[in-house]
Amino acid sequence: MSAVLELAIEGIGVCAPGMADWAAARVALRGAPAPFARPAPVSLSPNERRRAPDSVLLALAVAEQACAMAGHAPRDLQNVFASAYGDLAINDYLCSVLAHAPLELSPTKFHNSVHNAPAGYWTIASGCMASSTALSAGRATFAAGLLEAAVMAASEAKPALYVAFDVAATGPLAAVIDCDAPFGVAFVLAPAAARPIARLRLQLRGDAAAELAPLPAALHALRERNPAAASLPLLAALARGEAAGFDFALHADQDLPASALHLEISF
Amino acid sequence: MPARIAPLAITAYTATCAAGRGLDAIARALETRAGGLSANSFSAQPLACKIGRVAGLEDLRLPAALAAFDSRNHRLAWLGLGQDGFLERAHALRERHGAARVALLLGTSTSSIGETERAYRELDADGRFPAAQRRAAIHQPHALGLFAAHALGLSGPNLTIATACSSSAKVFASAERLLRLGLADAAIVGGVDTLCDSVLFGFNSLQLVSGEECRPFDADRRGLSLGEAAGFAILERMPQNGKVEKGTNLLLGYGEASDAHHMSAPHPQGLGAECALDDALARAGIAPQQVDYINLHGTASRQNDEVEAALIARRFPATTRASSTKGWSGHTLGAAGILEATITLIALERGLVPGTLNTRELDPACGPQIRIDNGEADMRIALSNSFGFGGNNCCLAFARGDAA
Repeated sequence: MSAVLELAIEGIGVCAPGMADWAAARVALRGAPAPFARPAPVSLSPNERRRAPDSVLLALAVAEQACAMAGHAPRDLQNVFASAYGDLAINDYLCSVLAHAPLELSPTKFHNSVHNAPAGYWTIASGCMASSTALSAGRATFAAGLLEAAVMAASEAKPALYVAFDVAATGPLAAVIDCDAPFGVAFVLAPAAARPIARLRLQLRGDAAAELAPLPAALHALRERNPAAASLPLLAALARGEAAGFDFALHADQDLPASALHLEISF
Repeated sequence: MPARIAPLAITAYTATCAAGRGLDAIARALETRAGGLSANSFSAQPLACKIGRVAGLEDLRLPAALAAFDSRNHRLAWLGLGQDGFLERAHALRERHGAARVALLLGTSTSSIGETERAYRELDADGRFPAAQRRAAIHQPHALGLFAAHALGLSGPNLTIATACSSSAKVFASAERLLRLGLADAAIVGGVDTLCDSVLFGFNSLQLVSGEECRPFDADRRGLSLGEAAGFAILERMPQNGKVEKGTNLLLGYGEASDAHHMSAPHPQGLGAECALDDALARAGIAPQQVDYINLHGTASRQNDEVEAALIARRFPATTRASSTKGWSGHTLGAAGILEATITLIALERGLVPGTLNTRELDPACGPQIRIDNGEADMRIALSNSFGFGGNNCCLAFARGDAA
């Protein structure tokens, strides 16, 4: 059993099929989803929005929502951007062009292909000079990123923005990568807050297997469609406003010894 | 400013790049100024440039238990783990602390995308991946973290940081925080990046690749040379009495900051890099005057070197020596952080000040700190800079254990 981290959730952002933001998510998490609309983050100009990759729009949209709810200026927040696959549409473009005409590769698509492109666009759009990390942990990406952001907030005693997102796979990659719906979620985590939305306790459980956290039946399918949708049980509990505890697997691999991130929320 | 942190002991480290496999080979290459760059023989179509290619990966076979993870990146990772007794030390670390109490934090920029590229070249008649490439675990950034978790038998916190060229510097920061908060008892950090068409043609499309060997900080530099590398280090808390075994180096501090400026060009005044430097000095509790050596990011791109040279010139005294070692290895992207951290530790330990290979005449923007020629000096404290696309900056501070 390891040390316990205690933090406050100050802001939440969501963008997924049926959930354009937290207000819509609260309805959808009770079982009435609406269709997915292309996100339109306001920190980008209309021109930038038109050119930006889908992963950037998705990540920035939920990041903006969470910061606004928390009442923090985005430029002040250290941040963690977690994505299992990066921008799969850009990877599809990149690998297709490389296979046929590598000298025709677009320089813009190339620099947009780096895993930290959404984090980069976020820091540029918000004028944020704080520490910014982009990471990946396969199907366990949501939990691994949440741990990283919580550790950042607790160790620096400063709020941290956490964004988890993935876009749908396209092209030949879609048959190999198990991700066919966009899902973005963001939290502002703080060491302490005057009026937190919820309190969060995190702990590592070395030898414990994570049991799949309970979730309304209508959302089971969505959870399987995107690694960031692993957040759904947490979002559902936050929407219900009920104290709850969950385990998230720290590894997405059956062949590795079990290990879990245990999380409790209270109000 | 962040508060000073307690140093961590670096109880093992290793690296492999075009200039050599393991610490002794890299030290010898540095000392004899034997660079590892050669004519590009790698890309699927011709591209006239020099590359830092690690020899022998084509013939290397992964052990049967890891064969499903086969890729150039994992072959290099496996080759790297085999140097300097690192694998044995990692196993001993796991026995000592337990598999779940050792964090595994690795950096990469392109992971195994070389395999995805190959799958796209070999699509079947229906436009699908060939059967051998239908491996979800390979076609994603965390392929590296997963491979290493299997290779090392670890089940603690495990993630792959991918912030372009600062990736495997930032793993030191993440590890320090996990150890400070008691979420792990030790950490294995590192990074692996291998040559692939994405980076060769990608950097070429940005007109950042030189046709000749890269010449960092040269007045007439023409751009970077790409390379590949693997490196690993073990970080542990200091013993209660604060004394470490002779030869054990220390991580003193780190700084991470963003430029908030441009996706593929540095901030013209280097503000993000300077914030990272300030935070590293503050966490280490040191002043610029105490820094004996800085391993610079020094890619040999026009803009990076101009901005970095100005930063070093305005912040450090003439007694601080600085150089870029990318002339030996090429720019190893997501592995640059760990490779250059390793070179920095070699310099501290052996009193060898690497110069800047291939460079003939320094850019006038360079202060007296930046050296072309190698030197010898008794050094105690050194820094390593890593800057990445997206304006992502990291600076690491190290000390020689018996001198801290």
